Amino acid sequence: MNFSLIQKIRGQAGLILVSPPFFYALLLLAFPLMGVLALSFWTQDYLELNRGFTLDNYREAWTGAIYQALMLRSLKISILVTLLTVVLAFPVAYFISFHVPPKKKPLWIFLITIPFWTSYLIRIFLWKVILGFNGVINGSLIGIGLIDEPLKFLLFNQGAIVVTLSHAWIPFAILPIYVALEKIDRSLLEASEDLGDGPVRRFIRVTLPLAMPGIIAATLIVFIPTIGDYVTPKLVGGPNGLLIANMIEVQFKKANNAPLGAALALSAMFVVSTMAMVFLWFNRKYLKQGQ
Amino acid sequence: MAKAKQSRYLMVYIGIFLVFLYSPALLLPIFSFNDSTIVAFPLGGFTLAWFIEVFKTEPLLAAALNSLLVAVITSVFATIFGIFAARASTRYQFTGKRGIMGLIMVPMVLPEIIIGVSLLVVVLQLGFNLSLTTIILGHILLCLPFCTAILSAGFQGLDRSFEEASQDLGRSRLETFWYITLPLVMPAIISSLLISFTISLDEFIIAFFLSGTDATLPVYIWGQLRFPTRIPIILALGTVLLLVSLTLLIIAEYFRRIGARKTGNEIKGGLF
Repeated sequence: MNFSLIQKIRGQAGLILVSPPFFYALLLLAFPLMGVLALSFWTQDYLELNRGFTLDNYREAWTGAIYQALMLRSLKISILVTLLTVVLAFPVAYFISFHVPPKKKPLWIFLITIPFWTSYLIRIFLWKVILGFNGVINGSLIGIGLIDEPLKFLLFNQGAIVVTLSHAWIPFAILPIYVALEKIDRSLLEASEDLGDGPVRRFIRVTLPLAMPGIIAATLIVFIPTIGDYVTPKLVGGPNGLLIANMIEVQFKKANNAPLGAALALSAMFVVSTMAMVFLWFNRKYLKQGQ
Repeated sequence: MAKAKQSRYLMVYIGIFLVFLYSPALLLPIFSFNDSTIVAFPLGGFTLAWFIEVFKTEPLLAAALNSLLVAVITSVFATIFGIFAARASTRYQFTGKRGIMGLIMVPMVLPEIIIGVSLLVVVLQLGFNLSLTTIILGHILLCLPFCTAILSAGFQGLDRSFEEASQDLGRSRLETFWYITLPLVMPAIISSLLISFTISLDEFIIAFFLSGTDATLPVYIWGQLRFPTRIPIILALGTVLLLVSLTLLIIAEYFRRIGARKTGNEIKGGLF
C-alpha cells in the first residue's frame, strides 16, 4: 500500500467515525434551521399555514415600529452588557494570571465559577431580591442611614437587566481573557521595562495587544447569546424592559404567528452576526496596524 | 512602591468583585432557612420547614424526576456522540473536517432560543407531540459541543504508543479501543457525563419551548416564580440543587485531574 492510499482509508475512517454526531447535528440543527428559514417566507392564518412565498414577515419585522424598538433596545442592552462584562472581567483575569501563585490558579478559577452552578432561573430571581423595593441594597442603605426612602430606580428597568446579565456572563468572559494572558511570554514584559516603559505604557503597548484574542473571544461569547435571553427581561426588566426574545416567544406561542416569529429570530441572528463580523474585521485591521 | 500601590487597588477591586459575584449565591441559603414567606430583610427565625415542604410537594417531585430522566439520557447520548466526534477530530484528517466540526460545535455560541424555536418548528410541522423526548433531543444538541471539547482534550492527551503496542501484540482495532483507549480516556468520559448532566438539569429556554404536559424542574420553577408564597420553597429547592451541582462538579474535576495524571499531562487550568 502506498502512502496516499493509506491517507485515503484514514480519511474514510474519520468520516465514518464522525458521521453519527454529524448526522445528528444535520438532522436536528441544520435541517430545523432551514425549516425556520422556509417558515419565515410563509404566512399563518390562525393554525393554517400558507406556503406561498412572501417577504411580508421580513417587511414587518424590519419596519414595524414595535419590532424596530425591541430590536434596537436588545442591541443596546447586548452592547452594554458586553462592555460592562469585559471591563469587569479583565482585572479579575489579570489578577489571577499575574498575581496569583501558579499552584493556586486552578482554585481561583474554580472560585470564580462556583456561583454559576446555582440554578439559572433562581439566580436571576435573586437579583430581584437584591435590587427590589424591600431588597438587600435598599435595606442596607436605609440600615446605615444613607437614605430614608427605598430607591425605586434599582429594579424593573434596563439597568437592572444589564447588571443581572453581566453577572450571568462574567465567568465566560474571565476564562478566555485569562487564557490569553497566561500565554503572554513574561520576558516580553521585562523587555518593555528594560526599554524604559513605565507600567502604564507597558500595559498599553505589550499586555493589552497580546490579550486582544482573549478579549475578542470574550466579547463574542457574551454578545451573541445575550440577544436571545428571555428570562432576565421578564424577571427584572419591568414594563419597558422586554426584549426581542420575548417578542419571538409571543409570536410562536400566544400570537400564533410562527412565520413572523421565525423572521424576527432570523433577523436578530443576522444583525448580531453582522455586528460580530464587523467587530472582528475592525480588530484585524487595528491589530495589523499595531504590528 | 508604585507596584505595591497598584496591586493594592487591584486587591480592593477583587474584594468588591467577589461580593458582587457571590451575593446571589450567598442569599440563597440565607433565605431558604428564613422563617418568613417574604423574601426580604430583616430575617425571621431559622426554619427547616421550606426544605420539608420541598420533599412533600408532589408536582415538584414529579418535575425533579422528569429532569433526572432527561439529564441522564441526555448525558449518555451526548457523551457517546461526543466520543465519536472527539476521536474523529483528534485522530483523523478527512474532507470537510472544519465544516463538520463547526456544525457540531455551533450550539455553543447559538442563542438557546434559536435552538428551541427551530426544533419546535420541525416537531410541530412533522406532527409530533411535545414531550420529554423532544426536550432530550434539544438537550443532546446543546450538550454535544461541551462533551466534544472535554473529550477532545482527553483524546489529545493520549499517548498513541499504547495503542500501537496493543495492536503490535495482536489485538484488533476494536479490542484496542475497548481495552486500552477507553480506560485511558475514562476520566474525560466521566467529566463529560457529569458536565452534560449538569447543563441539562439547569437548562430552561429549550425545555420551555419543547415541553409538553410534563415539566422539567426549571420549567416548574418558572411557573412557580409567579406566586410570591411559593418563593421560599423554590429557594430551598435551589439550595438543594446547588449542593447537588457542586458535588457533581467536584467529582468531575477529580476525574479530570486523574485523567491528566494518567496521560502524563500537567494539570493546567482546564475548566476549573
